[in-house]
Amino acid sequence: MTTAAAWAKKNLFGSPANTVLTLLGLALLWQVVPPFVGWALIHASWGAGTPESCRQAGGACWTLLAERHRLMLFGLYPYEQHWRPFLAMLLFVALLAISSQRRCWRPWLGALWAAAVVLIGVLMWGGVLGLATVETAQWGGLPLTLVIAVLAIVIAFPMSIVLALGRRSQLPAIKAVSVGYIELVRGLPLVSVLFMASVMFPLFLPEGITIDKALRALVGMTLFTAAYLAEAVRGGLQAIPKGQFEAADALGLGYWQTMRLIILPQALRLVIPPIVNQFITCFKDTSLVTIVGLYDLLAATKASLNDPAWRPFFVEGYLAAALVYFCFCFFMSRYSQWLERELAKGSR
Amino acid sequence: MTAAAPIIELRDVNKWYGEFHVLKDVTLEVAKGEKVVVCGPSGSGKSTMIRCINRLEEHQSGRIVVDGIALGDDLKAIDAVRRRVGMVFQSFNLFPHLTVLENLTLAPVKVAGIAPKDAQATAMALLERVRIPEQASKFPGQLSGGQQQRVAIARALCLKPAVMLFDEPTSALDPEMVGEVLDVMSSLAAEGMTMICVTHEMAFARAVADTMVFMDEGRVVEIAPPSQFFDSPANERTRRFLGKIIGK
Repeated sequence: MTTAAAWAKKNLFGSPANTVLTLLGLALLWQVVPPFVGWALIHASWGAGTPESCRQAGGACWTLLAERHRLMLFGLYPYEQHWRPFLAMLLFVALLAISSQRRCWRPWLGALWAAAVVLIGVLMWGGVLGLATVETAQWGGLPLTLVIAVLAIVIAFPMSIVLALGRRSQLPAIKAVSVGYIELVRGLPLVSVLFMASVMFPLFLPEGITIDKALRALVGMTLFTAAYLAEAVRGGLQAIPKGQFEAADALGLGYWQTMRLIILPQALRLVIPPIVNQFITCFKDTSLVTIVGLYDLLAATKASLNDPAWRPFFVEGYLAAALVYFCFCFFMSRYSQWLERELAKGSR
Repeated sequence: MTAAAPIIELRDVNKWYGEFHVLKDVTLEVAKGEKVVVCGPSGSGKSTMIRCINRLEEHQSGRIVVDGIALGDDLKAIDAVRRRVGMVFQSFNLFPHLTVLENLTLAPVKVAGIAPKDAQATAMALLERVRIPEQASKFPGQLSGGQQQRVAIARALCLKPAVMLFDEPTSALDPEMVGEVLDVMSSLAAEGMTMICVTHEMAFARAVADTMVFMDEGRVVEIAPPSQFFDSPANERTRRFLGKIIGK
């Protein structure tokens, strides 16, 4: 107890200014924490119920989640088919868990991804194996967010490496194309890229040919993310000393061998923080697909609050959606920190 | 002149960096098994010259022939030359993300297509030769500078080169580590390797070199056997340079 008191005296009440700040902080906490706990826990209504029962309880209406979570999670997907996006979601999470293990970084992982994507596609889309067809326009909620975010990241990452290498290429044509692409896309807001993908792009297609709306949004997200990632990767390439290229040249390694075996493993390790930054941004930016009429997690949450009876409880709905976003983003952030430590083992 | 064709031949080689004329009509012949030490003040073009021999730098005029292969824009010829020429750099340039053993086996496996097992056996034998077999599974960052440079020598030897180029191999080392690297180089010389060394280690040069080359301002100023080079240099600039670095 004396150590705690000594610690408090030293760190909280060390000087008059510190004492004032400590007291102010405590007052603020006293203002904020008890009311929040009262609202979120003590007076909250849990489990099944109605908007009426919530109003009588007076606190947070977690009943909203109990009653409306299916709509929030799966959007417009046909109600009796919800087990399909649910399974798809589990598959995604399992796939990510497997991919995050270093000992699984083997060639078969690529095959696993291909198989999983096909399986998820079959589950979501249906039309075979006796599954009813569900158009992508009816997809929604967390599975849609995951499909767009994960596929955009997975496709954009290799694209960005090619773009970054292209931008540093000695060949003028390749360099010009890479620079042009990166600068053009970076000069546009994501919203306009999505609009172009969904509104303008179909105008250029011959009549009668339509490309799926979700696919167009996915392509838009991918193209956008690749341009930003390319610049992060290029930063890593530039940090590699010239001597590494020379040593590879002197040993007779070709361009692609040098890049694949010597330069990229070092460069990518250096730029894990900005790369993961971009992954997180991409994940959250999927909420913008709502402007082209897709119901991602956030849009589905909003839709579930359309019922006037539930609308007063929008705070609870958005808090729940925020928590889901936070879980995924926080996982990515922690994982990147672990990855940096793991890859730095021994080498320095 | 030796009777056999030289393994390396530079004839009237010129190179410019933009306006700057780095190599001026450089001519040099190296016979098989010959040890050549190149010295000269900094900026005299010594490093540039040996980097032209394996095409890390390209020359703009003149002829460079390595083991019968003329260097030009032909990529096949460049690859063939690089297979025959090993290079050791001032700053080691080991690959920091690979272990010592992986550094040694990378090129044999990926470039020469040697079976990984055989490449590892060769690599271990070479690590024995540079006296650090116990470090095989460590990463370069865990070794001292002298150890790293010995690994770099072993890596260059892995493709069984006909010629070894050393670009100031001891200049980045702490003084107490210079000896261990020079020892390895001396024993390599004793085994009959053809070597071109850019170095200012004059005691090493006197003991090992067959031929001394002095360069200044992009020109080869003097080529002479070490006894003559050190004891009675013909050129005034050579004399001044030697005076400065050995204090004669």
